[in-house]
Amino acid sequence: MNRTNQNESIAEIIERKKSKSNWLGNFIEKAIPVVLWLAAVISILTTVGIIFTLLKETSSFFSEVSILQFITDLNWYPFFEADPEFGILPLLSGTLLVAVIAMFVAIPFGLATAIYLSEYASESVRRSIKPILEVLAGIPTIVYGYFALTFVTPLLQTIIPDLPFFNALSPGIVVGIMIIPMVASLSEDAMSAVPNAMREGALALGSTRLEVALKVVLPAALSGVIASFVLAISRAIGETMIVTIAGGSSPTLTFDPTDSIQTMTAFIVQASLGDASYGSIIYFSIYAVGITLFIFTLIINMIAQYISKRFRESY
Amino acid sequence: MSLINKTDVEQRMHGRQRKNNVSKYLFLAATMFGLVVLAVLFYRVISQGAPHISWNFFTEFASRNPEDAGMKAPLYGTFWLMLITAPVSVILGVSTALYLEMYAKKNRFTSFIQTNISNLAGVPSIVFGLLGLTIFVRLMEMNQSIMAGGLTLALLILPVIIVASQESIRAVPSDVQEASYGLGATKWQTIRRVVLPAAIPGILTGSILALSRAIGETAPLIMIGAFTFIAFVPENVWSGFTAMPIQIYNWTARPQEEFQQIAAGGIIILLAMLLIMNSIAVLIRNKFSKRY
Repeated sequence: MNRTNQNESIAEIIERKKSKSNWLGNFIEKAIPVVLWLAAVISILTTVGIIFTLLKETSSFFSEVSILQFITDLNWYPFFEADPEFGILPLLSGTLLVAVIAMFVAIPFGLATAIYLSEYASESVRRSIKPILEVLAGIPTIVYGYFALTFVTPLLQTIIPDLPFFNALSPGIVVGIMIIPMVASLSEDAMSAVPNAMREGALALGSTRLEVALKVVLPAALSGVIASFVLAISRAIGETMIVTIAGGSSPTLTFDPTDSIQTMTAFIVQASLGDASYGSIIYFSIYAVGITLFIFTLIINMIAQYISKRFRESY
Repeated sequence: MSLINKTDVEQRMHGRQRKNNVSKYLFLAATMFGLVVLAVLFYRVISQGAPHISWNFFTEFASRNPEDAGMKAPLYGTFWLMLITAPVSVILGVSTALYLEMYAKKNRFTSFIQTNISNLAGVPSIVFGLLGLTIFVRLMEMNQSIMAGGLTLALLILPVIIVASQESIRAVPSDVQEASYGLGATKWQTIRRVVLPAAIPGILTGSILALSRAIGETAPLIMIGAFTFIAFVPENVWSGFTAMPIQIYNWTARPQEEFQQIAAGGIIILLAMLLIMNSIAVLIRNKFSKRY
């Protein structure tokens, strides 16, 4: 053995080598967790930052506009210089209208896709269809916006001749298409988690595949499926570019899908693109709308988390 | 008398079978709907946009004249943005994931961070725009710079990268980690030489997918005030900028049909970029996914 000092034992060599790099090694071992902890705290600071920003600027807004007016006024005319009106209801109705139309598209198509993939499709079909659906989910919303404005709206106008160029229907449908993959993949995950023994049991009793899917698998996976719907609603409410491009910019308190509308997100974009100079009432109104949006989506997301945790069936 | 009335069963079975078959094709049709929309979308974009893609389209700035309009400024802008977004989000994301998976004790604080991350993942991107506008643009006085935009996008995709990295770190079996400890390695040595090398394909895949999402984000950048029309190339991270989706928005929102076709040209480039990034991610996942 090629020892530098024949009198040294292995233990002594280890000891010597250890002490050499010891202080640096010890320092690294102690410092790394602290550094990593600091990185983890950034995510909390982000949330704190969001809440702080929204609350701070919203309080400036509510020092000039009463909360009561904000909640109950039926008009949203922030750009009227003489007598601006700040009632969130028209923006809220526009947002909900788009979200409801989107769900009418996303739930049936998403759920049917999930049932097909998990109950009918062969492994190879599933493996080729799933990645294509993932592409659908990865397309930027600006591209969907372009699609809504230049393809879906003209197409709808040939069916409904009176349809205005900007309407709630076209962005609603396209938002729905955008969230189909989300509903499909979350629901499919929930349905695939149902053990095969339950399917085989039902099939052995003479059920058809449809009966297995609707009466056994779907009820068993219900919490996951419903959580996927709820998350999809949240996505539809927070969606911005599709509704900005194709929904128009006329906040109307309406539930008619052919009307031109404005959503909360679309207003925020419109105001920040225009001349909402820093410190003006319009500037602050962006935050008031933003906090409304934030609270809505936060509550919906928490409901989804609660459903999938609380009602999860375990096998 | 037999217990089962055969003809009765067969009659009923027939109806149930037919229902089953019909609904099978209905489900299949619904599945195809998404794929058909995708095909129509691609066809529309390519047929409208392809004639506008030429070398000039990459080297010219935006213009009020449709024939001269190009993507130079947004291409540079997107590239500069990623220079900020990619390192910031990946370093913060992987560090957070390492902390949560390797160091954090199971206590309230840890589960608070975890809940917080999943909540952040559900916050609409435009709210991140408000955050960027207030904190980076106004409070830290970064103005409408690449730095402000890049940091905003980094925070936006941070939750995605954290979750992907966590899953990938969790998948490293504890046997190999214990073997490393057994050989006398310290915790950090184990992380650096055993856990990270094994987890890196998953981390890279997640990060590339997250970054491709950041490239397509429009709303947060509009919020922080990225310009919709600039005719210069950024010099450093404090320069003003525009990005590809913003330029596309700008062209789409114009009433002239020519500009909408140019928007389709921009979309082709954006989608091509995302498709390449996604393919790289899939490639990494397939090539390096190591099974223990």
